[in-house]
Amino acid sequence: MIKDTVRQALQDLFPDPEPVIEEPVVEAAEGDEADGDKKKPAKKKEEPRVNGVLERDHAEHGYDIDVQLEPGELLAAIMILDKAGFFIEAVTGVDWIKEDQLEAVYDFSRYDFDVCRVVIRTRTPRSNPIIPTISKIYPGANWHERETHDFFGIKFDGHPHLIPLLLPEDADFHPLLKDFKP
Amino acid sequence: MSGPIHIQPGETFTLNVGPQHPATHGVLRVKMEMDGEYIVKAETVLGYIHRMHELMGENRTYPQVLPNLSRLDYLGALGYTHAHVLAVERAAGIEVPERAEYIRAITVELNRIASHLFWFGAFVMDLGGFTPLMYAIEDREYILDMLEAVTGSRLTYCYYRFGGLYNDIDDDFIDAAKAFIPRMRRQLKKYDALVTGNIIFEKRLKDIGPISAEMCRKYGASGPVARGAGIDFDVRKNEPYSVYSEFDFDVPVYHECDSLARYMVRMDEMEQSLRIIEQGLEKLPDGPIMPKKKPKLIKPPKGDYYQAVETARGSFGIRIVSDGTKNAYRFKLRSPTYSNMSLFDEACEGMMIMDALAMMGSLDLVIPEIDR
Repeated sequence: MIKDTVRQALQDLFPDPEPVIEEPVVEAAEGDEADGDKKKPAKKKEEPRVNGVLERDHAEHGYDIDVQLEPGELLAAIMILDKAGFFIEAVTGVDWIKEDQLEAVYDFSRYDFDVCRVVIRTRTPRSNPIIPTISKIYPGANWHERETHDFFGIKFDGHPHLIPLLLPEDADFHPLLKDFKP
Repeated sequence: MSGPIHIQPGETFTLNVGPQHPATHGVLRVKMEMDGEYIVKAETVLGYIHRMHELMGENRTYPQVLPNLSRLDYLGALGYTHAHVLAVERAAGIEVPERAEYIRAITVELNRIASHLFWFGAFVMDLGGFTPLMYAIEDREYILDMLEAVTGSRLTYCYYRFGGLYNDIDDDFIDAAKAFIPRMRRQLKKYDALVTGNIIFEKRLKDIGPISAEMCRKYGASGPVARGAGIDFDVRKNEPYSVYSEFDFDVPVYHECDSLARYMVRMDEMEQSLRIIEQGLEKLPDGPIMPKKKPKLIKPPKGDYYQAVETARGSFGIRIVSDGTKNAYRFKLRSPTYSNMSLFDEACEGMMIMDALAMMGSLDLVIPEIDR
């Protein structure tokens, strides 16, 4: 199973095995699905997610491995996926304004019947969001990173051509930021 | 006239293809640096029909955003709305009755054939043959009529609901679909005889426009583009959703990596879609089309959900980040043509311009879906 090998390889990026704890959010979601439409999420105190590798239920979330890491470790993780024959699905962002952070999300999958979708997340401060580019490993990330820069203003360090892709060429706004006012 | 213009050897000029150009099938612009007839460098410029559907997805509730999805790809809209209902059903844990799933599969496959038919006509027209478009449009009209009768619209469908369907199919639809299958099989044979073996057609496509499997992987290409490069990848088979695991169908794969291979994949796919429709009509169970218990207000629990489907153009994905409210916190659309088009800049380097335009046609572009 590719899932186990990739999981192990990604796990090696984190020297301390301690951070691998199941997130409380996941449990809430599971219990929720069991009783159908009575969907009051169990109120548990929210803790910010720690870096590490999580295994997700594919039927519930739609992906298998969920990794959160520091921007500095990103390229190492992407290289592991490149070596394992993954293709790039998408790159996008999420604005966590309450935590004052921007998250970049990388989706990877394989052309295989041994399904394994990997999600890699990395967070960066909202005031100065800089993440290294992966377009040198996956040239397809070029457009995705430009789009993410358009929408969130995340700067991809080392990107060869970081100009607006979908927005007008003189756009100086980032519409998917939660404090964006049109 | 002050005499002929002399271009020095090695001197290049810039050519703009688009944003309004018949070969780009929409408002797409490619800035090409040309050395005579040869492309030295190409840069695709997007955004002419960008509408920010992802922000609309955050500002509207889940049902309100459903019609937006069919505005992405107006040729194969059902596949996109299917992805959204599946994603929300996954997130909110809504059960779908079996009959609804079967009808979804039948209508999606009909829509896939309609989309491929239109592509077939437009593609052959790009290469200079006008007549096949007329045949293709006529056949497509049968499908649009059928879908109009059950969904109420001809292109921008909003037929699926969370948990089921807007309305049930009737006997007229079943009869029309049953009559359509043998007709379409005859027509496919006709297209084959009319176009596939044509010597001009073959010379324009064979061994031209190479897109290798490695390139597909690096750019995330999917759908017929990847299958024309020898990659056996179809979300319906690799990661079955809905009721696709119940159907017996093949995934056509060609290893030539050229424009002709991508053409052949789509032509074979229409036959496979007919097989799925045939089996779907045969197995169609009785029962309700909406679940008995369904939340009035859809509020998926907190979390991050992803759903991929195989549309006519490739693997389309929706990511919903829910914060437990009735609006999505983040609504990401991963569109297949976006990835398929992103490899064009690299693939067309060194090609002659008419070959590059033929290759562009073989990618099956729908621009609103790239720009979103």
